[in-house]
Amino acid sequence: MYSLILATATRLLIPLMLIFSIFLLIRGHNEPGGGFVGGLVVGAAFTLYAAVYGVSQAQNALRFDPKRIVAVGLLVALVSGLLAFFQGLPLMTGLWYPQPLPVIGKVGTPLLFDVGVYLVVIGITATIMFTLFEVEGE
Amino acid sequence: MDILIVLPVLIPFATSIVMLLCWSRRDIHRFLNVVGAVLLLIASLVLLNSVAHNGVHATQLGNWPAPFGISFVADLFSAIMVVIAGLTAVVGAVYSLGSMDQARERFGYYPLLHTMFMGICGAFLTGDIFNLYVWFEVLLISSFVLMALGGERAQLEGSIKYVTLNLLSSALFLSAVGILYGAVGTLNMADLAQQLSLLDQPGIVLTLAMLFLVAFGIKAAIFPLFAWLPASYHTPPIAVSAIFAGLLTKVGVYSLIRVFSLLFVQNITLTHGLILILAGLTMVTGVLGAVAQNEFRRVLAFHSISQIGYMIMGLGLFTQLALAGAIFYIMHHTVVKMNLFLVSGIVHRLRGSYELKDLGDVYKTHPWLAILFLISAFSLAGFPPLFGFWAKLMLVQAGLQAEHYVIAATALLVGLLTAFSMAKIWAEAFWKKAPTPAQPNTRNLGFMVAPVVGLTLITIAVGLVTQPFYDLMVDAANQLADPSAYIAAVQSASLALR
Repeated sequence: MYSLILATATRLLIPLMLIFSIFLLIRGHNEPGGGFVGGLVVGAAFTLYAAVYGVSQAQNALRFDPKRIVAVGLLVALVSGLLAFFQGLPLMTGLWYPQPLPVIGKVGTPLLFDVGVYLVVIGITATIMFTLFEVEGE
Repeated sequence: MDILIVLPVLIPFATSIVMLLCWSRRDIHRFLNVVGAVLLLIASLVLLNSVAHNGVHATQLGNWPAPFGISFVADLFSAIMVVIAGLTAVVGAVYSLGSMDQARERFGYYPLLHTMFMGICGAFLTGDIFNLYVWFEVLLISSFVLMALGGERAQLEGSIKYVTLNLLSSALFLSAVGILYGAVGTLNMADLAQQLSLLDQPGIVLTLAMLFLVAFGIKAAIFPLFAWLPASYHTPPIAVSAIFAGLLTKVGVYSLIRVFSLLFVQNITLTHGLILILAGLTMVTGVLGAVAQNEFRRVLAFHSISQIGYMIMGLGLFTQLALAGAIFYIMHHTVVKMNLFLVSGIVHRLRGSYELKDLGDVYKTHPWLAILFLISAFSLAGFPPLFGFWAKLMLVQAGLQAEHYVIAATALLVGLLTAFSMAKIWAEAFWKKAPTPAQPNTRNLGFMVAPVVGLTLITIAVGLVTQPFYDLMVDAANQLADPSAYIAAVQSASLALR
């Protein structure tokens, strides 16, 4: 069922949701937010997109196979933990770039780990959502 | 030193990530599955060797000191359990190559398997009780999917029971952790060991001990909490059943032994006395249940329960010899029970059934398989000079030394009943004349036979060359009985932080 109101609103909402998810991701280490909730917001954005334009359109918009996004996310998280080990520190020690960057703030391996979580959550929610929509569409 | 402790977690993790990256390449999955498992076994052996020579290893993840950060600790008991996990991984990986169907392989069977091994190794190595809960969840969620993967009717029925009771156990575990934190204010096990001994509130401590006993008791399938095991273990593909029977319940047993040797040792007569009674009841009910079954895998699944009783018996006696016997029994049972499940899978390939009444003639057509079964069955029942004989001997001797004659007699009697139910399988599946001719399916049978031969060789070899293993178990038991080395390792790992 196609709704003009929902379609128009979606076109405005999705960019906002994506920007908000990035905001949550970057803010997450010391304040409420983080990769998990950021990823859920992206998942919600794609669910909205799929509800309006259909699953195949949403899959095209996501560009990558959700399982691959999960794998890349896990890999990023693993690397963020291993970086400290290559410095001779215990696994998963937080390494920080000394100067805060403009806009983003302090960056370091915990942020990288959050990026991994972000990707995993996007991949998982997309997998679940595509599967459910496909079952409904049959 | 640091990397050795975390490698058994990182290797399966990396293996499943690479598998996810090439999701649609079944050939790569099959290849990586074996590579990852072999690497895990090698890493676990290196860790065990290092722990045996250099003492307890500990590291603080994230560079946070001990009561606050998460410790990873490898004492001999943990290292031995990780080696068992590595061995199970290799055996399960190779056997799966021959026995797993393409549909399950396409739907991520191998990545799930390695994720589960990551959870299992994490549970064995963590030194933080909340982190233990997290690893339990990792391995449980993978095992839920492994159990249900394929979606056969019987599988789903088994999975529902398995999932429900295990979630209940997780909820109890989590509540117990919460109360523990409220009472003592720490979650680090080494720190808990010290704080609990100072806590002058025996009521709270006893309550906590009982909560942990029930939570881990469900996972380990002890009396009367085992209902989920015989309802579910025979339903998934045989490779999954074998890995579950060989390793998953042992995670529960491991946690029981860890918690009741490190944390709850304030009132041994009560807690460990109760465990001893439960051990006896577990042994008897398990073996009687097995005698009543008429399906190959169900007999074996019910049998696992009775064998869990032996391991718990070692914990209940709580002498050094008894703990050594319990660890030895865990090793023995993993090897032998997994092997029996694997044999049942081969028999199913050859005769097309698991029902004992439909089987037969295997001794006539495949005598080598019958011999392989017989060696493991005899070891399970405790015939000398096999692996199981020494494990039982240690436990019975410990029982006699501690003057718990009833439990020692029970252990011997249950051994006899074990021999009886193994004889039943032998007579029905291997000896009697088959009611119907069968069409054997021998595709990739080599992948299934090789692990069985390997495990049988281990059963014989450990039985003949027992002394080094015995010494190792006694050392491991000494570390459990006197946790000061464990605590000291965590403390020095915290002090060494930069």
